[in-house]
Amino acid sequence: MNETRKFDTKVQYLKYKVLREVAKQAWNDTLLENLLDIPKIIVPGKTPTMRCCVYKERAILAERVKIAMGGRSDRSNIIEVIDIACDECPAAGYEVTDSCRGCLAHRCEDACKRGAISFDHNHVAHIDKNKCVECGQCAKVCPYSAIANRKRPCQAACKIKAISINENNAAQIDDKKCISCGACVYQCPFGAISDKSYILNVVDLLKKSQLGKNYKLFAVVAPSISSQFTYAKLGQVISGLKKLGFHTVVEAALGADMVAQAESKELAEKGFLTSSCCPAFVDYTRKNYPTLIPHISHNLSPMATIARYIKETTANAKVVFIGPCTAKKMEVQLDTVKPYVDSALTFEELQALFDSRDIDITALEEDVLDNASYFGRIFARSGGLSDAVAEGLKEQGLDDFELHAVSCDGIEECKKALTLKSKNLLKENFIEGMACVGGCIGGAGCLTHGAKDKAQVDRYGQEAMEKNILDAISILQ
Amino acid sequence: MTIHICIGSSCHLKGSEQVVNLFQSAVEQHHLEDKITLAGSFCTGRCNREGVTVQVDDEIITGVTPETFDQFFNSTVLPKL
Repeated sequence: MNETRKFDTKVQYLKYKVLREVAKQAWNDTLLENLLDIPKIIVPGKTPTMRCCVYKERAILAERVKIAMGGRSDRSNIIEVIDIACDECPAAGYEVTDSCRGCLAHRCEDACKRGAISFDHNHVAHIDKNKCVECGQCAKVCPYSAIANRKRPCQAACKIKAISINENNAAQIDDKKCISCGACVYQCPFGAISDKSYILNVVDLLKKSQLGKNYKLFAVVAPSISSQFTYAKLGQVISGLKKLGFHTVVEAALGADMVAQAESKELAEKGFLTSSCCPAFVDYTRKNYPTLIPHISHNLSPMATIARYIKETTANAKVVFIGPCTAKKMEVQLDTVKPYVDSALTFEELQALFDSRDIDITALEEDVLDNASYFGRIFARSGGLSDAVAEGLKEQGLDDFELHAVSCDGIEECKKALTLKSKNLLKENFIEGMACVGGCIGGAGCLTHGAKDKAQVDRYGQEAMEKNILDAISILQ
Repeated sequence: MTIHICIGSSCHLKGSEQVVNLFQSAVEQHHLEDKITLAGSFCTGRCNREGVTVQVDDEIITGVTPETFDQFFNSTVLPKL
């Protein structure tokens, strides 16, 4: 099979090749001796395929290798810019393109309140950047759409405006604002922004467990896995995980069932809540709306909830979370979560891990994955959490509480709801916040992002044996 | 006595939820709430085709099904109390 088909973009494919190689060397205990050769293993020969020359390609690959090995230790943000990979895209703002026909009307000139527009001898418009304030009025009135707004894809992707341009013209992330959602990672066409990888920790955890002899290593997988690895069956992914050396696989969705139960109760008691599942949303609320912090649900996320349960009931257990999310790598470092989750991987990294061991999951038998209810599983898409909380209220006989949920799909919608709430103007009494558009299935660590993803999550939900939350968690209480 | 009922995927599909319910009602029926603690566990690595894996203190018993539950409870659990 064509390997690039597993991913949306060639940037992801390149990142994957680096992760795979680093993991492969780690398995063989040859990482240290071969470390400096990895760029050459990935880009052999003399002909450049991506950049101006192979030497620049390899220099950037060396940076990617560093990130695959955990990245810079002097910065805690898990999202990093690779300065030399940043193509310093035009970010000039409004510019006249060659579609300008040099017309007579000069609507652009009339629209510009700053007098920033002049014309050359061919009557073609020019914008004086010293006068322009980027209002965009000229672009709106041009009948030929000849004025373009040149924005960097990373800055356009970062809806919370954490990315600026540094003195060297490269992208720069404000760690105080960044919520580690990874939108820029997925959107940068040059792959110049990346999430630090802990794949080496996981290889180490797998090795040292010695197939369960020393401790049991649990893989907790996010429900969005149902929209991933579509070239194989989900049961084959589970077999692959066990082949890697995981003791067993547990659905994070069972943690979601537990959260839905607890969160609906907390909501009925307090009257207003914002959700605790999405670490980027929680981080965003904490950083920007300090007055709302008391309203953030006090429940751990589904990942941390199920990991805590595993550690409380199983002696000698360690837990690796596998999901679509870069922000989870930040969440597992929080003091409240650290004791329960030992490491976090993305689906991208899991693919690299499979291939570093030459595990072709399509050739494996189908194992089973079934712990959670329909409601726990649909947490993976926007709106699922609100449905589950409604169900949780019903099942616990808390029908007196009237749920009015606002499901915020993407961080821009979150911002809107949080701003309204901070000004006491929000009608609803529950904010479901998901930083990624579409919910977790839109996460930056997904292999693919497709139009069918939501349907796949819903189908996976319907396949759950338990149709309600209490049935799924009856023993856990 | 602590009884761990496996709720891992394989046992779950073989009816661990029903076995949990049967345990809960049996404990209630025999008034053993003070003597037996029920808990869930994940895979003990003894998955089989017959039924659910249950751990009674240190002893692991495999193949418990809703059909064989009464016999299992009477012959394995009760004598240990």
